[in-house]
Amino acid sequence: MRVANIVNLGFKELRGLGRDPMLLLLIVYAFTAAIYTAARAMPETLNNAPIAIIDEDRSPLSSRITGAFLPPYFSRPEIITAAEMDRRMDAGLDTFSLDIPPNFQRDLLAGKAPTIQLNIDATRMTQAFSGSGYIQSIVTAEVAEFSQRYRGTSTPPVDLVLRARFNPELNKTWFGAVMNVINNITMLSIVLTGAALIREREHGTIEHLLVMPITPFEIMISKVWSMGLVVLVASALSLSLVVQGLLSVPIEGSVPLFLAGAALHLFATTSLGIFLATITGSMPQFGLLLMMVLLPLQVLSGGMTPRESMPEAVQLIMLGAPNTHFVMLAQAILYRGAGLGVVWPQFLTLAAIGSALFIFALGRFRKSLK
Amino acid sequence: MNRDAASAPAVRLHDVGLSYGPTRALDGITLDLPSGCMVALIGPDGVGKSSLLSLISGARTIQGGRVEALGGDMANAAHRRRVCPRIAYMPQGLGKNLYPTLSVFENVDFFGRLFGHAKAERERRIAELLQSTGLAPFAGRPAGKLSGGMKQKLGLCCALIHDPDLLILDEPTTGVDPLSRRQFWDLIDTIRAERTGMSVLVATAYMEEAARFDWLMAMDAGRVLATGTPDELLMQTGAPTLDDAFIALLPEEQSSHHHAVVIPPRDTSHDDVLAIEAEGLTMRFGDFVAVDTVNLSIPRGEIFGFLGSNGCGKTTTMKMLTGLLEASEGRARLFGREVDPRDIETRRRVGYMSQAFSLYSELTVRQNLDLHARLFQMPAQAIPVRIAEMAQRFDLAEVMDALPDALPLGVRQRLSLAVAMVHSPEMLILDEPTSGVDPIARDALWQILVDLSRQDGVTIFISTHFMNEAERCDRISLMHAGKVLVSDTPAGIVARRGSANLEEAFVAYLQDAIDEAALPASDPPTAPAMLPIHATHAAPPPATSRSFDLRRMLSYSQREALELSRDPIRATLALIGSVILMFVIGYGINMDVENLSFAVLDQDQTTVSQNYTLNLSGSRYFTEKPPVRDYADLDRRMRAGEISLAIEIPPGFGRDAARGRPVAIAAWIDGAMPQRAETIQGYVQGMHAHWLTEKAQLLLGKKAALSSFALETRFRYNPDVASLVAMVPAVIPLLLLLIPAMLATLSVVREKELGSIVNLYVTPVTRTEFLLGKQLPYIGLAMINFLLLTLAAVTVFGVPFTGSFGTFALAAVIFVTASTGIGLLISSFISSQIAAIFGTAILTLLPATQYSGMIDPVSSLQGAGAFIGQIYPATHFMTISRATFSKALGFGDLTGSFLPLLLSVPVLLGASVLLLKKQAN
Repeated sequence: MRVANIVNLGFKELRGLGRDPMLLLLIVYAFTAAIYTAARAMPETLNNAPIAIIDEDRSPLSSRITGAFLPPYFSRPEIITAAEMDRRMDAGLDTFSLDIPPNFQRDLLAGKAPTIQLNIDATRMTQAFSGSGYIQSIVTAEVAEFSQRYRGTSTPPVDLVLRARFNPELNKTWFGAVMNVINNITMLSIVLTGAALIREREHGTIEHLLVMPITPFEIMISKVWSMGLVVLVASALSLSLVVQGLLSVPIEGSVPLFLAGAALHLFATTSLGIFLATITGSMPQFGLLLMMVLLPLQVLSGGMTPRESMPEAVQLIMLGAPNTHFVMLAQAILYRGAGLGVVWPQFLTLAAIGSALFIFALGRFRKSLK
Repeated sequence: MNRDAASAPAVRLHDVGLSYGPTRALDGITLDLPSGCMVALIGPDGVGKSSLLSLISGARTIQGGRVEALGGDMANAAHRRRVCPRIAYMPQGLGKNLYPTLSVFENVDFFGRLFGHAKAERERRIAELLQSTGLAPFAGRPAGKLSGGMKQKLGLCCALIHDPDLLILDEPTTGVDPLSRRQFWDLIDTIRAERTGMSVLVATAYMEEAARFDWLMAMDAGRVLATGTPDELLMQTGAPTLDDAFIALLPEEQSSHHHAVVIPPRDTSHDDVLAIEAEGLTMRFGDFVAVDTVNLSIPRGEIFGFLGSNGCGKTTTMKMLTGLLEASEGRARLFGREVDPRDIETRRRVGYMSQAFSLYSELTVRQNLDLHARLFQMPAQAIPVRIAEMAQRFDLAEVMDALPDALPLGVRQRLSLAVAMVHSPEMLILDEPTSGVDPIARDALWQILVDLSRQDGVTIFISTHFMNEAERCDRISLMHAGKVLVSDTPAGIVARRGSANLEEAFVAYLQDAIDEAALPASDPPTAPAMLPIHATHAAPPPATSRSFDLRRMLSYSQREALELSRDPIRATLALIGSVILMFVIGYGINMDVENLSFAVLDQDQTTVSQNYTLNLSGSRYFTEKPPVRDYADLDRRMRAGEISLAIEIPPGFGRDAARGRPVAIAAWIDGAMPQRAETIQGYVQGMHAHWLTEKAQLLLGKKAALSSFALETRFRYNPDVASLVAMVPAVIPLLLLLIPAMLATLSVVREKELGSIVNLYVTPVTRTEFLLGKQLPYIGLAMINFLLLTLAAVTVFGVPFTGSFGTFALAAVIFVTASTGIGLLISSFISSQIAAIFGTAILTLLPATQYSGMIDPVSSLQGAGAFIGQIYPATHFMTISRATFSKALGFGDLTGSFLPLLLSVPVLLGASVLLLKKQAN
């Protein structure tokens, strides 16, 4: 192994990248505008959830309940009739329909424990879950306050004080911004190394390298460092200019520590890119395989939905994916301000996964050249 | 067919100029090219021959001046459309406009369809063309597996299928062996005999070929040096051969560079030192024996020539010697050491130049030289000197900062050779290094090789198709069908055969070998009985000037479908892969947050506080972790993500609660994932309320129930709130967007990167036909995908389908047209495949997963994302998909989603057509 070869080949990769202005433009777009838009698009908690109310009671209590649904969490409730409900839900106009039955107030005060019906469009799962919780507590609070005024009964004064740590307002922009950076890191690093290798094969340049005094190891590591560096720089800039700057997301922990973790992650994903390139014969095949790999990596790594809720088998398999650990360490460092003392297991695992992928890809790379 | 115009010039040029950046490729060319005859553009590499031809053929946008071909202005799109069925253009480079995975027949057939011939007519013409070019026995072989000569013949067949009046050939015989070259020109003569009105315009660097043309146009530095018949040029210059005549025509300072190659005799006293040895070298590809027991023994410092028809195994032999290919049998030694791909030391002593240009097109000439010098570990301070030396030697000084793609073939060859020699190797293995290089440069190259051999003792193993080069070698081997026929000095071979010259001897040996073999293994070098091409014009020329022609469009569809079927892995990946993805995402995305880890900091430790904890840990939503010891512990565990909820119960909680004193429980929630945090909040509040009610009932008895009411929650459409039911109908649109878009983008960008896009430029196919034609097969594939996914959703995943399938399928057709349209739109502004893959991923993945209502409803999005979500086709198809799957709806209920979906198709296609260029810039 000669360091000079690795350096020279790496510079060759960087120069090649510089010759593709459209690709550079796309990289810039991916790490700036795309992240900004995606983060900003994320609804703040429950945002404008469409709700309709069928008020069959028309009592002070029912109008009190109706008045309690306020933007930004909910859209101003549409007052509809029972007949309209089905059609509106079918058309997807409302996620929630609250049906307050006739004589609700009277029955409540009479202690008959009347029932309010809440219809939820359960195909909209995110809103369905958090929304039903909100609605329940809003209605309960209104009813409690109302009945307290009327009867003076009270429940034991045990209060529950809820505090969200690290993101007190549960601002989704914070979360979305960083998760999109992570997704882009993975996507770009796989594409840059993998597609570049296929391009070299399609243009015959890889053959040229192999008659020179260079080893496959040197070729591979040069691709890893150069493309890894590009992605690392892009993500560092994105993090400081877009995430911290434009989106003003507060970052708790140490950015250098995060970037160190990102470098380890890139080691793994660039190796993965090379590996994918060695098992595909052409660019279209690579493009498809990329989608096959990228989607599960993004969706199942815990960056989109919590890992705890996934089936155990999926959780277990995804422990083998670098993204899972990267998402863990990113969340720990960036949101919770964790230090190396906390995230060292993820660092170790990433290094191990990266080395395994690299060695595996190197073996395949040697074979695929034959 | 344009016989009346035979007297008018075929091509008129007036003050034609062309620049590539600062480089002036063509400069004020004014000329009439006569029609009905063979016109050749001759001149060294890079003088503008190819540029001129591409302007005349209409492949390139005219920058300055006026180009008239077949009686009209080529700057006029209407005229181009009218005459392009009468022009055939074969670009430079072996088989550049062919489709490598398609067979010989399919390639010609594609062009036939493009020009609108009916099936019977097409088959008749193809049969004739293949017969007369001798390609008939190989009709089923993929074009990519043909040898160079056969590719050129196939290119000719494709050009001739539509009876052009103007045939434009850009260096058609470069890299083609002498026998095939002869056949090629004989073929052209036969065709011309049949079609007297046809004008043929050829660019060539082979002067000996130029002699057979009717009219020559000598070019240099973007200008015309002289025109006339070959005899006129000879007379004008008083030179004996065209080679000499051309040199005489050049300006003084250039012709003075030229010297005849002088070959000093070789010192043979050290011939016992062998540089290359091969014993029984054999290479098999499956049943096919590419190289058959080849023995070589080449002493140090010798120039050893390797001759043979295209595809006879020369390149394979060279690759085995360099260690690029592992021999099936036999052994090879370089410098006495066994060839070993891991032997780094030997590689440093060898320079190799492959047949196809294989340098980095993204690096400049200087950067390429620099990179290779560094990789060969030359001392850093010596590199600039060496690069300057190579630039001077190979006449590259002026193009040092140019990119290889912008250079003509001959200059690129010189660059490749310079790169192979930059590290002063002791051995050069050169695979047709002089193909496409002009005579002056070739002689200069040979002088360098000779000097290296004689002065520095460099061993040179070279393959060539030029007989005058073969004559310069110390010894040559003649190869055919993987076997070496004869090895000797050139003079020895001529003497042994008793031929007049080496070319005769070469042809004679090959004929013998072919007569012996029952079946020719590669090229049939015998010219098959030249069947006359019956250019019967019984069939009226099809109407090709129509602005939209279904047949042309379908010819692209058919070709694309064929290519797809040749790459079954691609289709399988698309189909199987998408089902796997559906499975992964369907099971993986789960909004129903469960098993949340929580821990309690219980500072009370009474039965009441324990009862409160039990209330939580008993639920399926929460999993209890070991209790928190103190605040530091709480902090650490939350930072590490070990617990997502911490409950703090204050001291005296049980006592205070019992006495009715206000008391507060604190719940700390990890807000790092807001979605999860919200759900936890909801759960904790619910549990707390439940606990309170229980307590109240205990304390106050029945009375407490009085203030209560019930909130009955009905989850509609998905009563179990199963993630699968919610996710699977959303995953179908996602997959039907990502995969077809990726395939469609690459199908176009691939043509751009690999060169076959030129067929769009020079054939009558319009941009709309091209795009729609390429789109159709992918729509078809996507619809198969759609059916498969829907079937899997209903059977494997058990998601009930309640609505109208017809509506769903109709929406799917529109949607996949839109999603492939997105791919086409992306492809129209991207020209490299890497950028295409990344661009497609970034422009589909993000909007589809985040803005299309898959997780958050579009109505809740904000800003630009909300806008994208509203216009993005996936949003509307997702609504339709969920509605037909879960809500039992039909077409009538969904018009609101159909309209925007339908609208997106013409918008996407229109934009793609507008952005795609019909000519190169």
